[in-house]
Amino acid sequence: MPELLQFLVSGLTVGAVYALVALGFTLIHNASDVVNFAQGEFVMLGGMVTVFAAAAGLALPLAALLAIAVAVLVGLALHRLAIEPARGASAVTLIIITIGASIFLRGVAQIVFDKRFHQLPGFSGNDPIMVLGAAILPQSFWVLGGALLVFAGLFLFLERTLMGKAVLATAANRLAARLVGVDTSCVLALSFGLSAAIGAFAGILITPITLTSFDVGTLLALKGFAAAMLGGMGSPLGAVVGGLLLGLLEALGAGYVSSAYKDAVAFLVILAVLFAMPQGLFGHRGVERV
Amino acid sequence: MSLGTLLRRGVIAAGALLLATPVMAQRAPEPIRIGAVLSVTGPASFLGDPEDKTLRLYVNRINQAGGVNGRPLQLIVYDDAGDANRARTFATRLVEDDRVVAMVGGTTTGTTLAMRPVFEDARIPFISLAGGIEIIDPVQPFTFKTPHTDRMACEKIFADIRARGLTRVGMISGTDGFGQSMRGQCVRVAGAAGITIVAEESYGPRDSDMTPQLTRLRNATGIEAVVNPGFGQGPAIVTRGYHQLGIRLPLYQSHGVASREFINLATPAAAEGVRLPAAALLIAEQLPANDPQRQVVLDYKAAFEREFNQPVSTFGGHAYDGLMILVEAMRRANSTDGTRLRDAIRATRGFVGTGGIVNMSATDHMGLDLSAFRMVEIRNGDWVLLGN
Repeated sequence: MPELLQFLVSGLTVGAVYALVALGFTLIHNASDVVNFAQGEFVMLGGMVTVFAAAAGLALPLAALLAIAVAVLVGLALHRLAIEPARGASAVTLIIITIGASIFLRGVAQIVFDKRFHQLPGFSGNDPIMVLGAAILPQSFWVLGGALLVFAGLFLFLERTLMGKAVLATAANRLAARLVGVDTSCVLALSFGLSAAIGAFAGILITPITLTSFDVGTLLALKGFAAAMLGGMGSPLGAVVGGLLLGLLEALGAGYVSSAYKDAVAFLVILAVLFAMPQGLFGHRGVERV
Repeated sequence: MSLGTLLRRGVIAAGALLLATPVMAQRAPEPIRIGAVLSVTGPASFLGDPEDKTLRLYVNRINQAGGVNGRPLQLIVYDDAGDANRARTFATRLVEDDRVVAMVGGTTTGTTLAMRPVFEDARIPFISLAGGIEIIDPVQPFTFKTPHTDRMACEKIFADIRARGLTRVGMISGTDGFGQSMRGQCVRVAGAAGITIVAEESYGPRDSDMTPQLTRLRNATGIEAVVNPGFGQGPAIVTRGYHQLGIRLPLYQSHGVASREFINLATPAAAEGVRLPAAALLIAEQLPANDPQRQVVLDYKAAFEREFNQPVSTFGGHAYDGLMILVEAMRRANSTDGTRLRDAIRATRGFVGTGGIVNMSATDHMGLDLSAFRMVEIRNGDWVLLGN
């Protein structure tokens, strides 16, 4: 029993990060049909800027705020300088642009920061808390709590504010949204800024557990993308469920099946789900554009 | 231009050269060309960069002290960026265009194996700086290496576990090249070392959480110690998870993480009590005064850190050893002929390097034994040399 709890906490912690990355994918995809493969680089920026700002003597909360600000600026610049000029291009072209941006950001990070791994002390220390025989890092609670905060905040924003409704309207039908006066270009910029902030936030929360380096984004983007597909691309709820599910599958796979096949276990389940439900668990937009 | 004119000019030029040679020889003797193909950039740059710096530093020092056999050394370095194809191209260029008399280099096992046939065919001695045991096992006539092998690391770890009176070991290995190679060697030598491997786990090189695997190890019955063959940040996360789960068994890391960065990443609290085999360079100041390696490693450390203002690494030490073994062999052979030089390198006995005391033979082209590794333990965020 203690081990089940250990696996669950481990899976939920990693899964919460996948979910945050998947949320970033979802926001931008909803506003533009673009899958932003530079999403992982926002996570990297969050962790790396915090580490270097903290090393330069900034207090941790300030360093974290700075990291989010930097990531948002990079996200907005990515939209303004790379996506906006190619406005008329097809979604595939835009996706390739984001892949290029991701490689570019990684290269710049390598020069601006360095190629080594870095760590951040846990926000509430590194001493594990014992819960029913399972040893849980306080940082895990920070990750889970932080993710919960983002989920709730995003839900309120989308459902309760005019701006959020504009985002939802753009996601539902871009042309119709523009006809009723929604500035879809502004919504897209907002989506980039918002997913950059969420990505950076995830990067800051997870760095004390997983360490960070200039290229942590690659794998996280892949896992986040898989989570978004599992949950149904375009559904924020799907992104959250998909991310948590993927994290749990990996942890339980490593714990109960075999650590050599833990990724295989997770991806087998995803394949099976997508065979049965090609739209993902919560996807309901039967998209067939002509 | 007719053939006749060409020949005539050739004869005149040759005559002029003949006349000029004795004068030139007095002024500047022809340099001895030594080649090096290193991974100065790319993923293995943390290995290749200190190797490159070390070779340049010591070739300069040797030349300032009068060179070798009255001739200066000329070092020709190419950067393969970790790519075996490029390494092979550069190796061919070193042999055919630069006409080097020997090669010190080959940063990774992959690039070394790609270059080995070129030097074997040209019968030019090749001293590799890479770890893989397959470079010299089976022995190739002209290929040598200076670093320790992962098999030695396994044997050293197992010997220490046995010395604690333990025999049953759990392993958690990275699935990257280094982790898999060392895992294979550990499994191979476990029986001979009297060790039983009772449980095995693995993790991907970029995994962010190893607590599920470690929980399995903790719950496996009869484990008395845990060994983690791995490289990069993986072992640091394993060490953190080990501490988090409160596992009390002795934890052994590999020589692949023997750097201060590992303690920082794993945090000193979690790394407390972790043991690993390391080269003497890591604990240079702690070596007892009568240790034969003490003076060599302290001198190298001081020279490197003064020149480049960065901490010394064992990888640069491998390049130092390779260059010095070659230079001593050239002095003994008083020749740069490939076969004679090879015989002289093979005759290296009692050479004190940063990696250990080297005793080469026709069947051993590395020449290190287990005494080359020192068992160290991490205490209060620092290395402590254990008394063996």
